[in-house]
Amino acid sequence: MRTLLLAFFLAASPALAIDRAALEKLASGDNDEKVEAIGALLAEGDPEAAAVLAKFAEGEVVVDGKAVEVVVNNRLRSAVADALAALRLLSPERAVRLEAAKALAGGADASMLALVRKALEKETDPDIKPLLDLTAASMEMASGDKQTRLAAIRRLGESNSPNSRTLLAEAATDSDAEIRIAAQKSLREVQGKLAWGERAGLLFAGISLGSILLLAALGLAITYGLMGVINMAHGELIMIGAYTTYVVQNLFKANFPGAFDWYLLAAVPASFVFSALVGMALERLVIRWLYGRPLETLLATWGISLMLIQSVRSIFGAANVQVENPAFMSGGIQAFAGVVLPWSRIGIIVFAVAVLISIWLLLTRTRLGLFVRSVTQNRDMASCVGVPTARVDTWAFGLGSGIAGLAGCALSQIGNVGPDLGQGYIVDSFMVVVFGGVGQLAGTVYAALVLGFANKFLESMSGAVIAKIAVLVFIIFFIQRRPQGLFAVKGRAVDA
Amino acid sequence: MSATSGRLYGRKGWVVLGVFAFILFAIFPVLSLKISPDSPLHLSQYWVTLIGKIMCYAIVAIAMDLAWGYGGILSLGHGLFFALGGYSMGMYLMRQIGREGQYQSDLPDFMVFLDWKEFPWQWWNTDQFWWAALLVVLVPGLLALVFGFFAFRSRVKGVYFSIITQALTFAAMLLFFRNATGFGGNNGFTDFKRILGLPITTPETRMVLFVCTGFFLIGTLLLGRWIVTSKFGRVLAAIRDAETRVAFCGYNTVHYKLAIFTLSAVICGIAGALYVPQVGIINPSEMSPANSIEIAIWVAVGGRGTLGGAIVGAGLVNYAKSFFTQVFPEYWLYALGLIFILVTLFLPQGVMGFFNRKNK
Repeated sequence: MRTLLLAFFLAASPALAIDRAALEKLASGDNDEKVEAIGALLAEGDPEAAAVLAKFAEGEVVVDGKAVEVVVNNRLRSAVADALAALRLLSPERAVRLEAAKALAGGADASMLALVRKALEKETDPDIKPLLDLTAASMEMASGDKQTRLAAIRRLGESNSPNSRTLLAEAATDSDAEIRIAAQKSLREVQGKLAWGERAGLLFAGISLGSILLLAALGLAITYGLMGVINMAHGELIMIGAYTTYVVQNLFKANFPGAFDWYLLAAVPASFVFSALVGMALERLVIRWLYGRPLETLLATWGISLMLIQSVRSIFGAANVQVENPAFMSGGIQAFAGVVLPWSRIGIIVFAVAVLISIWLLLTRTRLGLFVRSVTQNRDMASCVGVPTARVDTWAFGLGSGIAGLAGCALSQIGNVGPDLGQGYIVDSFMVVVFGGVGQLAGTVYAALVLGFANKFLESMSGAVIAKIAVLVFIIFFIQRRPQGLFAVKGRAVDA
Repeated sequence: MSATSGRLYGRKGWVVLGVFAFILFAIFPVLSLKISPDSPLHLSQYWVTLIGKIMCYAIVAIAMDLAWGYGGILSLGHGLFFALGGYSMGMYLMRQIGREGQYQSDLPDFMVFLDWKEFPWQWWNTDQFWWAALLVVLVPGLLALVFGFFAFRSRVKGVYFSIITQALTFAAMLLFFRNATGFGGNNGFTDFKRILGLPITTPETRMVLFVCTGFFLIGTLLLGRWIVTSKFGRVLAAIRDAETRVAFCGYNTVHYKLAIFTLSAVICGIAGALYVPQVGIINPSEMSPANSIEIAIWVAVGGRGTLGGAIVGAGLVNYAKSFFTQVFPEYWLYALGLIFILVTLFLPQGVMGFFNRKNK
């Protein structure tokens, strides 16, 4: 029928660009005929067809200058959407074509095949051509002809998209033995190619989680290394950083809506300073007075964390608040087929590296860093040679807390911001510190990355909960072997 | 006998204990069962449950005090041992429901819901009370023994030990949240009907459970007192104060710490088993790290290394909790946080230390 129509169409004079028979069908045929008519209108790729179809989608067809009302259901609407996308395949602009090809790659009605083939002939762009190839192949797969299907299966085997894997997996259980074998062969090829993409995706997820853990644990490693006390309120300092970001965002929204995208630049120092101030107040008011009683410090800081959670609940409410990504942090890049790397996560990795470098410079190149390192190594000796240990404690605690604030600012870009935000990270960041050992930044970095990878790798094999349990059990056993962590500072004291 | 009793408490101590026992075993049962509900003296079910619950917490606090106050081991995983005891008892109570569940099946409702056809291996023999009672002791005890052996042997101590135990209970909580673990997932166990064939919600059964808890509480207190006044207890306190020195004197400190840690875990397990039939529910949130840290604050409030103080602390904090969560639910976390800070800063010896100082 379609070929007949096409023949008729080709025979018709060029002035009569829009096929009248198709128009009539569109106006008064049943749904099957309407879909067919849409395909027929497309076949020549006439730009006028776009206008007709757009009108049709609104429920009107003009036949011989007379408007006829039609009922358009969802099936027809999606057929029109596909058809319009297919028409855009012939657009001279590359971006429009790419967009259209992506829209069709998800699956399209077989009636568009003629147009897709036509576009394929003309297409030269290396990004668009494979997409179209895939679309055409998936349409041919649905056809009844065996040779067409076999050819399509071979073509799909050369592609590397998850869609073709789904199509081939379906065909691999076909009743026809020849098709089944061909499909299985192609399926293996596609899976081999996809596996690399998935491995790369896993690697990225591991680095991403590792950088988050690093941000969360860096501050803790500094304060624990320096004073030997566990700050249970560390998670809440992260939470405060996230809420500071939220407040800065709201300020920008209210006062400088034009510069909203740049609120993050103001939020980074704000969350650092605010968390640092809270941390320094903590150190001055509570932790200082518990010097030499680490277990009591643990309990007292836990009490502080409870109060911080409740105050945030009272001020901002118990529900999560909304922190919007600036435009440059949303979206992502498609690195491999089926693997999208979100900008927000890339941003956090870069941010974590930047924070790490600044901390390293601070600790190795400044006077405060020198003092912090000396107090960490031997507090009494440092005090003897005139290092003001009390003041160093306060500043270092402020630094550690500020880094927690930065972590909160980063986390607000990828997750929910709520009063319980910190509780979710506290056990993880402790595990990083315990695993890495204290006194050296390298330990924290390695531990964060190893735990990030281990978590994501196990997650892909056995699910998130089991992965988490396995990592915790692993650390518990690891501690048996190396109680001081991966990178222990060597010493001779028995009670080190 | 008199030598032992004199070692445990002086005359005054025994009198206080006697009065305490008299109130628990004579006055409360009479007030609850014999006085008519209309009378203002009647002890309502709410109070019986609340006091019973607090007594279970007090037992946990004593166990914690033995490990922390005398052994210097601050475990942040005692909530796990408590919950394991509770789950062991809970399995028996679930079997006692029989076919009276919503689906009228031999299997508990949640298993029917998950479309399981038979009991998983963990549930083997749990319809027998003696087996459940054995599990109550063995599961927390073995876990503490194995975990403690590895931890103490490699000299994990102080805050490191605290953090590792916290991770342990956190991991267990995640595990128990899973339906596949076979313990009811998020919802845990509830809707119990009977214990040892007796209906579980009648005032008489509740009073029996209440009195059992009271006996066990006083028994734990005396056992703890006996331990800490023995030679073992003194070595333990010495380890708390200077572990290296004790080790150089020829004591194997690992054995001492392991013994007290395991005993402490077993006591917690039994407390959990007494807790579940009275409160009527057990779920994985009992294993949340926050719960375990709260146990430490009960002991700190009462005064570490006093045993009696642990009971006082558990009572005070938990009474305050049930008061606040009813009257000012918003402020409970502020209050609890303040308790943590003020007690560690200003009352390092707890309430007991405060009174002892006054007496001197």
